[in-house]
Amino acid sequence: MEDIVQLKYALDTFYFLMCAVLVMWMACGFAMLEAGLVRTKSTTEILAKNIALFAIASIMYLLVGYYIMYSSTGPIFPSLGMLIGQENTLDAVMAGGDDAPYYSSRADFFFQIVFAGACMSIVSGAVAERMRLWAFLLFAVIMTGFIYPIQGAWSWGGGWLSEMGYSDYAGSGIVHMAGAAAALAGVILLGPRKGKYGPNGQINAIPGCNLALSTLGIFILWMGWFGFNGGSELKISDIESANNVAQVMVNTNLAAAGGLIAAMIVSRLLFGKTDLTMLLNGALAGLVSITADPLSPTAFGALLVGAVGGVIVVFSVLALDRVKIDDPAGAISAHGSAGIWGVLAVPLSNAEATFGGQLLGVIAIFAWVFLASLIIWSVIKAVIGIRISEAEEYEGVDISECGMEAYPEFTGNK
Amino acid sequence: MKLVTAVIKPFKLDDVRESLSEIGVQGITVTEVKGFGRQKGHTELYRGAEYVVDFLPKVKIEVAIGDDMLDRVIEAITKAANTGKIGDGKIFVVALEQAIRIRTGETGTDAI
Repeated sequence: MEDIVQLKYALDTFYFLMCAVLVMWMACGFAMLEAGLVRTKSTTEILAKNIALFAIASIMYLLVGYYIMYSSTGPIFPSLGMLIGQENTLDAVMAGGDDAPYYSSRADFFFQIVFAGACMSIVSGAVAERMRLWAFLLFAVIMTGFIYPIQGAWSWGGGWLSEMGYSDYAGSGIVHMAGAAAALAGVILLGPRKGKYGPNGQINAIPGCNLALSTLGIFILWMGWFGFNGGSELKISDIESANNVAQVMVNTNLAAAGGLIAAMIVSRLLFGKTDLTMLLNGALAGLVSITADPLSPTAFGALLVGAVGGVIVVFSVLALDRVKIDDPAGAISAHGSAGIWGVLAVPLSNAEATFGGQLLGVIAIFAWVFLASLIIWSVIKAVIGIRISEAEEYEGVDISECGMEAYPEFTGNK
Repeated sequence: MKLVTAVIKPFKLDDVRESLSEIGVQGITVTEVKGFGRQKGHTELYRGAEYVVDFLPKVKIEVAIGDDMLDRVIEAITKAANTGKIGDGKIFVVALEQAIRIRTGETGTDAI
């Protein structure tokens, strides 16, 4: 009997850890997606942002983030504390009962770091090509250490949003919409890239330099999402959980497929040709949409949820350009617009969720993250500035922030 | 000596190279370029925003030859690069004042 308990603990811990590894790999997916959608002169800096933010998330979440998110005692205000506490003892596990831990608490921490990292990496795509690197990294410190965990405490940490019935299985709202809200605040203060919008309302194309990288990125994200959603079942070592995990992965895949096909059809009808970047955004939007509840829908239901997300993202990209919100990677649309849909779609297949609870969650999370981010971005802007100069933007943010080109030619030695 | 520059369609490079080598031309420099002549460009859409595709991919080849070879070279390039369709390209001939082989220091027609 004891062997079974040990084995289940080990299996659930292992499962958590492997899912976390898959989600960590999504950081690579975002890096590749974004690197391909910017110009060559901005590639080095966006890669630096992506890999550095993951390191920052890892550290900030260790220092304060995890405590705020999961050890806060009040329903609204976070408890400030540090580090990650003790690991489970053998006795605590063997004691059994409802409160006994059934997987390693370190594994839980590890799993949550990568979610914080995923949330932050959404921002980097929207502010690409014209933001100061260190301004971004400074924001990342605050976002992963405080802004994200505080709203996470309200829901996954057992705070007031979860008490009001807000249901968000793997984080369409908590992770994706939150990231998009922070991105939107940043982009509003940052302004569009030079030359993106013309004086008479023209919207100028700034094509990405490497769609092969972007496609690679989406494939990596698609694969990583099986860990993102699959791991959010939080358990696999019994028949019900195992079946749930399988359903979740099936639904996740179909939502991505639905999102891609829907975006492909819409963009083909709108533009006359098949825009690969819309296919990629469509798959991403499908994944984001199902993330709020990849378990309750049937396979066809998940397909439809993803498909609606795919339609939304295309129109959102066009709409944001109309109001001069320059988002090179379509991050705000794919994670924000589709994230909102994902959260609100939950009651369609999950009887335990209410539309009111979901709407409350959308408003609360968006308002908190957007306003807190706006304040932080404003402070950073006032103190060190968030935008590179016009001359630097012309030469490329790679040179001004990193001092090196991604594709150097004709460099010489002194 | 003459420096013959030809801007041709990229897929014609192999044909041109072969036909030049058949008449005895021994060296060639190739660059990827973009350009247009009277061939018009067109507009495309990227994420809903219109952009103009004026510049078409071409290949520029340069060969340095003795005066006596000029007519044969022009004929070889023209025959090999011609498709009869718009955008076939152009050949430019300039007088080449001097040529030097870097390894040996030979000059003039000995260098090409």
